[in-house]
Amino acid sequence: MNKKRLLAAVSAAALIAGLTACSAGGGATNAKPTNCTNKIVDKEAPVVSVWAWYPNMATVVDNFNKAHSDVQVCWTNVGQGGDEYAKVQTAISANKGLPDVVMIEADHLPAYEIQGALVDISKYGANKVKSNFSAGAWKDVSQGDAVYAAPIDGGPMALIYRTDVFAKYGITTPPATWEEYAADAAKVSAAGGPAFGDLGANVPAALMALQIQKGAKPFEYDLADQKKITIKLDDQDSKDVLDFWAGLVKKKQIGTVDQFTTDYISGVVGGKYATYTSAAWAPGYLTGAGVGKGESRGVWAVAPLPQWDAAKPVSVNWGGSAFAVTSQASDKKNAAKVALGLYADADSLHDGWTKQIIFPLNQDVLTSDEFIENKSEFFNGQQANKEVYIPAENAYEGFVYPPIVVYYYAQLQAVTVKINAGKLTGSEAATELQATMVKYAKSQGFTVSE
Amino acid sequence: MANAPAIATRPSRQRSDTYDSSQRPKRSPERRRATVGWLFIAPFGVVFVIFLVAPLGYALYLSLFSKGLATGTAFTGIDNYVKAFTDPAFLGGVWFVIRFALVLIPVQMAVSLALALVLDAVTSRFARFARLMIFLPYAIPAVIGALMWGFLYSPTFGPLQQLFDLFGGTAPFPLSPDNVFGGLMNVVTWQWAGYYMIIIYAALQGIDPSLYEAARIDGANAWQVAFRIKVPLVSSSLVLILVFALIGTLQFFTEPQILRLVSNGTIGPDFTPNIYAYSQAFAYANFNYASALSFALGIVVFIAVYIFLFATRKRGSFLS
Repeated sequence: MNKKRLLAAVSAAALIAGLTACSAGGGATNAKPTNCTNKIVDKEAPVVSVWAWYPNMATVVDNFNKAHSDVQVCWTNVGQGGDEYAKVQTAISANKGLPDVVMIEADHLPAYEIQGALVDISKYGANKVKSNFSAGAWKDVSQGDAVYAAPIDGGPMALIYRTDVFAKYGITTPPATWEEYAADAAKVSAAGGPAFGDLGANVPAALMALQIQKGAKPFEYDLADQKKITIKLDDQDSKDVLDFWAGLVKKKQIGTVDQFTTDYISGVVGGKYATYTSAAWAPGYLTGAGVGKGESRGVWAVAPLPQWDAAKPVSVNWGGSAFAVTSQASDKKNAAKVALGLYADADSLHDGWTKQIIFPLNQDVLTSDEFIENKSEFFNGQQANKEVYIPAENAYEGFVYPPIVVYYYAQLQAVTVKINAGKLTGSEAATELQATMVKYAKSQGFTVSE
Repeated sequence: MANAPAIATRPSRQRSDTYDSSQRPKRSPERRRATVGWLFIAPFGVVFVIFLVAPLGYALYLSLFSKGLATGTAFTGIDNYVKAFTDPAFLGGVWFVIRFALVLIPVQMAVSLALALVLDAVTSRFARFARLMIFLPYAIPAVIGALMWGFLYSPTFGPLQQLFDLFGGTAPFPLSPDNVFGGLMNVVTWQWAGYYMIIIYAALQGIDPSLYEAARIDGANAWQVAFRIKVPLVSSSLVLILVFALIGTLQFFTEPQILRLVSNGTIGPDFTPNIYAYSQAFAYANFNYASALSFALGIVVFIAVYIFLFATRKRGSFLS
């Protein structure tokens, strides 16, 4: 009996001990982080924790740690995009658990800014590096004079196309306007060719960029007056763009498959799509996914994004990330030093762009001869940077994203599914979106102007 | 309460006349046994309180507050629940899982019952092998199973398209808005029918064989034995399975969440109530509303199970 009692007591005690150990593990933000993926070079220096998912992050962090004796980076990859944001959001809500510096895509910054989770790094020397970036890139990470992140890479959009498909269906020059794009799509379709492009429901950010290109201003927002938001999702420009794509879908001239899926990529490899409207990081992504090898080798080329008005070209951006300092960082000055210095050195940037991991925003790279004159292997020796991407990046004017962008993307995705299923026209989708978003913004406590 | 000591002492005084010596030592082990009992329960109790009761209490607490991105947190009482039960996204999800349960459960029951009856009637090496094979899908983690079906359903890699290619047609996409109901039902039935089959099979094995003998002597054929003897005797297992399936289906999450990535957007962030709650919490930073949605779903599940148990109360002996 006594033995059993002892056993029970011991097992209960062990359980409780285990449980408290678990809960203690989560807290402790001020202690030096120990679970780094990288090695800390200078063990005496203060350590700044970083979350990031760049594929060459290990090299980048080593470069930084070797070059600095005053601060060291402890880096962890907690997932890419949405996976990381779920963790970031949970840590914000819990008021603990955020790293000192976190990688965030520019369009997601305001959602965290409004929750007070990010630090304005303009007071920690951010403006000293402002001249390294195009005006558009800087605007993407700023709110007025406040700067919430240091930009690293961007995604000026362009039209990637298959030279073999174009040659087969007699398209001699890539479409310079959307009108020509539609005409070429009709031509290929009439000849029994493949889909001309793709309207994937899961890339709402790209679709929003295309709406902005036409002149739509879906959101206006100023963090200084953070309860006010302007939502205009059903203006003529937004409707025109959605109707344009819905029309191509209806005529079955473009595909409706979600992008970044194996089905889509196998279609891209197999020549099911004549063009891919995408950003400057796309060649790297496609190469990594196995495109540009074997049967799809040497068939790719890139042209500037088609325009609505060829006389007044507009450049837009899709994707690209930045390093932000969180308000949970114990030493914000050191954290800012990391945010501004990480992936900003020549070696890391060179490693990034030559491996096609990033399209760098740093003007030192954008104006370097090696970058300008580079002949892209993916584009069969085409000087893609010089001809297409650098001009596009320099012409990019920037956009102020709203703090409700995650919800908006989900809604835009939902209506795109309906467009693809033929249940909504573009205009109807725009009207529906406007109603949903206004309702949501009001429920979040915003004063909405339409 | 005031009467309690009087009641307690009276019998002991009566007994004390006869069993005076044995009374005292007898009470002490009883109490000790009770203490030891509590100790044995303690490990479970600790886990139960920390991982179930406390989170539930915390979620209930959260659900009574509202937090907007532009506003701070404020106590709003049952506003979140009012919002949930008037939210078309939540109600749409609930309606979907209810429809899904209404179609899925009978299909699943029929399949697993039929399999169990066949396996019970046939005793050969093949039957043992078949039993294992039918059970196998349940042993595969739901995530892996869903991923696998994602590939089987793929228009590019899946066997469906290859089959249709023979006749020069285009295969239907099982996850398109019109087909997703059937596409998911197939996955879930595949995953769970084997498990339910084992439960029914175990119950069938527990039936006294002399009953079959008696039935046969009375002139019953194999079908009659199956439907008049076996099915009624395993009805309590059937009710158990129904309750499992009902709760599981109303809380549908894993399969659609995994297949979401390959569904071309058919499965959205409000596809089922659980996915909606997940999106609200982790994508839209709305933990309060997500907690309310979880409780609202709990209420729906409770009502559904209660209605069901009430309707089957005569046979539902396992809970009463």
